Amino acid sequence: MKPAPFAYRRPTTLEEALAVLAESPDAKVLAGGQSLVPLLSMRLAAPALLVDINRLPDLDHVTATADGVRVGALARHADVLASAEARACQPLVALALGNVAHATIRNRGTTVGSLVHADAAAEMPVVLRLLGGSVDVASASGRRTIAADDLFLGPLESSLRPDEIALEAFFPALAPGAGVGFEEVARRHGDYAMCGVAGLVRVAGGRVVEARAGYLSVSDVPTVVDLTDSLADGVTDASLAAAGEAALADLDPQEDIHAAADYRAMLVRHLTGRVLRAAHAHATDERGEPDHA
Amino acid sequence: MPEELHDVSLRVNGITREVQVPGRRLLSDALRHDLALTGTHVGCEHGVCGACTVLVDGRPVRSCLMLAVSADGTEVTTVEGLGEPDGGLGPVQQAFSECHGLQCGFCTPGFLTTITAGLRENPCPTHDEARDMIAGNLCRCTGYQNIVRAVERASELIAEGDVVGEGERA
Repeated sequence: MKPAPFAYRRPTTLEEALAVLAESPDAKVLAGGQSLVPLLSMRLAAPALLVDINRLPDLDHVTATADGVRVGALARHADVLASAEARACQPLVALALGNVAHATIRNRGTTVGSLVHADAAAEMPVVLRLLGGSVDVASASGRRTIAADDLFLGPLESSLRPDEIALEAFFPALAPGAGVGFEEVARRHGDYAMCGVAGLVRVAGGRVVEARAGYLSVSDVPTVVDLTDSLADGVTDASLAAAGEAALADLDPQEDIHAAADYRAMLVRHLTGRVLRAAHAHATDERGEPDHA
Repeated sequence: MPEELHDVSLRVNGITREVQVPGRRLLSDALRHDLALTGTHVGCEHGVCGACTVLVDGRPVRSCLMLAVSADGTEVTTVEGLGEPDGGLGPVQQAFSECHGLQCGFCTPGFLTTITAGLRENPCPTHDEARDMIAGNLCRCTGYQNIVRAVERASELIAEGDVVGEGERA
């Protein structure tokens, strides 16, 4: 298992990188490589050119403001996970990152790279989508911001053009009165999950005014379901179970080598209830820490 | 047409090494084939097993998931760099020996590098933290119990200062 031959460039300025990409229709961008290198080794991908962006300046930042968390294209998962400011601003980012592969992979893999890799079995794409985040991308012809809802087109397919580089991801801050939760079930800790759920609950005046859940490894793309109606009359065992059923009505869990469709559906039911309960507890907890941080 | 070669300079176990490699050469292969450091083992070659784990600038990294050319300018520590200058065992190696933390030994280099860095970050892990430290490495022989014990024993050895940890020596 060795990659097929490719030309390799390691530009030191963004302009140079974008110019190389503009001239090379069959190029791939290399950042952390934790998903791309296995694809190359298994020859599922065989680009003519690899553009290594690891020497581009000013892309390794993790900054938190009142608006949210901004993550540069070269910030490693481990750096994002270690940022206390990011955790305080939007706890769901760290909650989910703890489930991204293993520490060794997180040392090299980048959060932005994981987003544009657009794997429906990955944690961060569904987190970005649930939070209504976005990704800033650049090409030789200009820059644009892609909303998370427009980013994921299909399995491993994002709406980035081949000549574009993703520069930064934006995860909106936790809103007042909101809480989050995250859980997944994998055969082994750190493996791809058979089902994972990210939840967001917002409470105002003692009532749930927003409840949404995002699902990974259930559909072809990271999918978010609005479950506000199920919890509108309160968070009880019955309403959480109803939320699980409501989620399933919007999802169509598939069978694959890792899990039968029925088992996935059961995971959707159980995890939806658990995650929404945790998110609700977080929303109504004045300490402001997620239940299972 | 011959493949284009790239000049790569990296420090491996404290020694500057220069190699010329094609872009597609994995760091694991550069270490084993170009530098003859065969202590780094290649198991699954797609990032799952952890046998090929080395330290790049002090952090554990899968050497099969990194291109050698991307490692240009970095400081790499392989299992060959974990021993004592006098040829004796480093603290993590000593702990594996004492606790019988290996059987066939194929996965061991990846465990040793991972735990060396893990104990630097967290010198006194709890039992659960010790388990978590090695969660990304597969062993098909031991059942892990003795490897977890070795993590805890290595922590003691380093604390006792009986052996000087890799990276601390002059």
